[in-house]
Formats: sequence, structure tokens, C-alpha cells
Amino acid sequence: MRRRDAGVPAPLLVPALLGVAFLVLPLVGLVVRAPWGDLGPQLTRPGVGEALRLSLVSATLATVVSLLLGVPLAWVLARSRIRGRSLLRALVTVPLVLPPVVGGVALFLVLGRQGLVGRWLYETTGLSLPFTTAAVVVAETFVAMPFLVISVEGALRAADARFEDAAATLGADRWTTFRRVTLPLVAPGVAAGAVLCWARALGEFGATITFAGNFPGTTQTMPLAVYLALQRDPDAAIVLSLVLLAVSLATLLLLRGRWLGRGAGQGGVA
Amino acid sequence: MSLAAHVVVRRGSLALDVALDVADGEVLAVLGPNGAGKSTLLRVLAGLLAPDGGQVVVDGDQTWDSADRHVPAHRRALGMVFQDHLLFPHLSVTENVAFGLRTRGVRRPAARAAAGQWLDRVGLAGLGDRRPGELSGGQAQRAALARALVGDPRVLLLDEPLSALDARTRLTVRAELHRHLAHYAGSAVLVTHDPVDAMALADRVVVVEEGRVVQAGTPADVARRPRTDYVARLVGLVLLPGTGAGQQVALDGGGVVAVAEEAAGEVFVAVRPESVALYLERPAGSPRNVWPLQLVSATPHGSVVRCDLAGEVPLTADVTATAFAELGLAPGAAVWASVKASEVAVYAR
Repeated sequence: MRRRDAGVPAPLLVPALLGVAFLVLPLVGLVVRAPWGDLGPQLTRPGVGEALRLSLVSATLATVVSLLLGVPLAWVLARSRIRGRSLLRALVTVPLVLPPVVGGVALFLVLGRQGLVGRWLYETTGLSLPFTTAAVVVAETFVAMPFLVISVEGALRAADARFEDAAATLGADRWTTFRRVTLPLVAPGVAAGAVLCWARALGEFGATITFAGNFPGTTQTMPLAVYLALQRDPDAAIVLSLVLLAVSLATLLLLRGRWLGRGAGQGGVA
Repeated sequence: MSLAAHVVVRRGSLALDVALDVADGEVLAVLGPNGAGKSTLLRVLAGLLAPDGGQVVVDGDQTWDSADRHVPAHRRALGMVFQDHLLFPHLSVTENVAFGLRTRGVRRPAARAAAGQWLDRVGLAGLGDRRPGELSGGQAQRAALARALVGDPRVLLLDEPLSALDARTRLTVRAELHRHLAHYAGSAVLVTHDPVDAMALADRVVVVEEGRVVQAGTPADVARRPRTDYVARLVGLVLLPGTGAGQQVALDGGGVVAVAEEAAGEVFVAVRPESVALYLERPAGSPRNVWPLQLVSATPHGSVVRCDLAGEVPLTADVTATAFAELGLAPGAAVWASVKASEVAVYAR
């Protein structure tokens, strides 16, 4: 890129540089303003470890649930010939564009103790979902799973379906073909989707606070802790934000081989 | 082991209606241009596509397809070789070859042993641990053949198995394929658009154009007596339909061709381009087949120049580069073409 800098016309170069500054400066500010000398005590404060652990566990669980439900869903969208597939795809992607708070309200209306499903669940088992750690996982799954579905569906569409024909002529039924041929072929796409899904779940705020509340130890994840800390103790908020920034950068590193290494949108097989 | 099929498929502009019979140990080539429906036919035989009509029966009693029955691909005892091998990139060569045995319940050690034997037979001993991406095109296609044959299928389907290979590799792989097909006890169907593959590998040829069988016979018969322009061009002949009377054929497009044999009724006249001679002046000695024609185009074709001629009797002539240079012809030039009557093949339509 540097080699061609001289050739970039000013009307493109100036906005591009402004764009970079706009995206990077806040992060720089975060690093500059961090109370580096005070980092150790801040990180070991009670509640920080708890929030981080809760965030990691719930994001991971949400990713596992998304994989279990999302990969089959992506297969149905990409490979089956059922009717109303495009409508199904549109429905699945709604959480991508829906404000997360609205998602939280919707979850509450369905799974809350007075909700359509929640009431039945409470009456038959005595279980109530809202304001529990399980609710955090549900909220994060609701918001993050579409990222996985879209990513895996794209990988499935890009994969050569004739390999599946070849498997069929070798005696493999569709389930065997899926396990032994399709899934290994799209594994890089599934991995990228899972990382994306996990990162989205980790940063989830709106749906979580609406549906699961903000109880330290059970539902207060890192983003909620950051928001709360900012109002009482800005330094603590900065430290927590740094931790999330570090986790995000690590995620980016995991994805690098796929997106940054080979050019955006290429989706090359690692 | 035999295959008897009548396949009817309607898909958009394609109307496929083809019947074929393949006996034990026989190799049938399905020859045709792109879009003729050859691949669709093979997909139906493989069970990857349900036909709209007809039936597919194996060994006389196993119905794979009929009006009320469709056996899916994975329950058919068949092997298939694809144009670009389609070896699974995430499996080793041995695992690829063993794949069909594993899905049919053979235990891993036995499957790997059988795969190893087949890799030996196709000349890939010692390459079993490689990934398909580490094989050359010819090696990959050999591995694909081993993968298709390892389960001892009743039917072997080959979809343009040589067309993705470069010319030299194609020659050696074709020879090996011929050897393996000779030992194969089941019925084999080879789809190709290359007449050389069909002639070299098949016991019988059916020519499919626009979804229909336009000619069937032995490779030699099809090569000698083509019945459509497509086949004639493939085997390098000029085909002229006409009506025979005695030793003369009145062509449908006008003009008369003298032939050496008695001909009667509707016939084809086939002329080899190398038997056509070109002259600037009307040749002396009055040969019976002489026509004034016009040169449309001239293209180098190996050691000869192929001249397309228009006029009363449209012909193609192959003349040596030297002769062509001596004639000093340019497109549009008038020229005399002659063919000996004894060089003209004539057969019933």
C-alpha cells in the first residue's frame, strides 16, 4: 500500500486519513488516559475478575449454542430446497439490524415470567429465565448467532457442492456427507463465524441489560460493568475498557489470516 | 452385470430422451457437443438427479429409477469419475480411496489395505499419505479412478475423465484408463466430447445431440460413416446428404457427385478433406468430380492448410503448406476442386 501512496488523489486521501484518525484516535485516547501505575490494584479489585469471567463464560456458551443451532440453520439456508427460504433468511438476519435493546424487550415478552413461553416454562418447571446467567447467554445468542449463520452460509455457498455429489456416489448419505465432507471443507468459515459471534456476544450490552438485568456476579458482564463504573469511578471504567480492547485485538489476530492477510472479502481457505 | 436405461429429463431448454444398454464388461461412450445433455444423463444414472420419465435397471432386476421408484445416489453400487477429479482436499489420498468402503461399513484397517492395493494398481504406490493438492493432474485422476473402482461397483460412470488434463498427460492416462476398463467386469458409461477418447476407450458409441441419440454403433463405424455434421466434423469428414441413382448422387443442396459404388435412395456422401485436390485452372484429364468453388478461409492445421470452400458443393480441402503457397490463394479466390469417385464414401441415410 505504501508504494502507491503517491498515486492517491487528494479528494480520496484526505477523507481516508480522517476516517483512520476517527477510528483510531479514541483507542489511542483510551491507552493514553489509562492509569498505568494503578493498573494492578484496579484489575484485582473485587468484581472485575467476576465480570470478566462471567463475560468469557457466557460469550463462550452463547457461541456453543450458536454453533449447535446456527450451523444446521446455515446448511438449510444454503443447501436445502425448502420453500420460503429467502423469507427465512430475512427473518434470521433481523437481529443483525434490530437495536439490541428491542431484542431484549422482545425476549422479555416471550421468555419473561408472564411471557408466551416463559409463563408455561414457569408453571411446568418453576424455572424463570430473566435476570439469571442463562438469560445472559440467551440474550447474547439472540444477538450474535446471525453473524455465525451468515458467515457459515457464505462459506457453504462458496464451497463446491460437487464434492457432495462425489461423496454421494461413494455411498455417503447426506448426514455422513455433511460430517465427513461438507463440514471439514467449510471449517475455516465456521471458525471465522464463531470468532465473530463470540466477539459480538462478548460486547453485548443492550439486550443483556434489558433481559438479564445488571446483577454483579450473575448477570453483570464486562460491558455493563464498564458502563456502571464510568459513572462512579472513571479510572476503573478505563481499565475495564482496556481489558475488552485487549480481548478484541486478540480476536482480530485470530481472524487476521482470513481477512487481513488475503484481502477483505476474499474468504480464502486458510 | 448390465445397465439398461431410458432417461427422460425436461429442464428449461433441454429435452433429454435417451435410451441405452450396456452389457457386462462393455464400455459405452456417450459422445456429443456441450449442452447436448450428456452430463445430465450421467447425473440421472448416478442418482444425483431424478428423471422426469423412463427407467434405469441394473442386472435386469435391480430398478434404480422408474415411475414410482428413485434409489438415491448413495444406495447405488456405482463408481463415478469426475472431470476435475473432485478428490476431497481435506483427506489424504488413501483416505479418499478408502472413503467409499468406509461409508459402506468396511472397517478402517481393511479399507485402508484395499485402498493401498488400488493405489498400487493405478501406479500411485507410496503416494497414499499425500494430500490431493500435492498430486499432479494425472496422478489425481488416477487416484479418482481408484476411488471409483475400489468398491467393485456394478456401474462405472466417467464424466469427461481426461478433458482437464494437458495433452501429454492425457495420452498416458488414456492408455492406463483403457487397461483398467479392459479388466473391469461391470458396465461402464463414458461421457466425452472428444472423439479420440470415445474411439480409444469405448466398445460402442452413441452420439447425443440436443438430447437425442443421433447415431449409435462401433467406434469404427461411427468414424467411417457419420450421420450428422457434428460427428463428421469431429472425425474430419465433410458430410453431404443427397439422393443416389446409379453411380451418381444428386446432392440435396444442388450439384452432383460421382461415386464408385451403386447408390440408391437417400444417402450420405462423405469426403475426406485430404482427398480433395485444388487447381487454379480446370484440371485436364476430365475427372468426373470437378467443381468451380470459392475459397472462404484457410487455416493452418498441423502440417496442412485447411481450406473451407463455398459453391455448388461446399467442401473442405486439406492441402500441404507448400502446395498452398504455390497456389497463392487468398480468401475469396476462385479455385477448382476435384475428388476421385473412388475416394468418396456413400452410405444409406
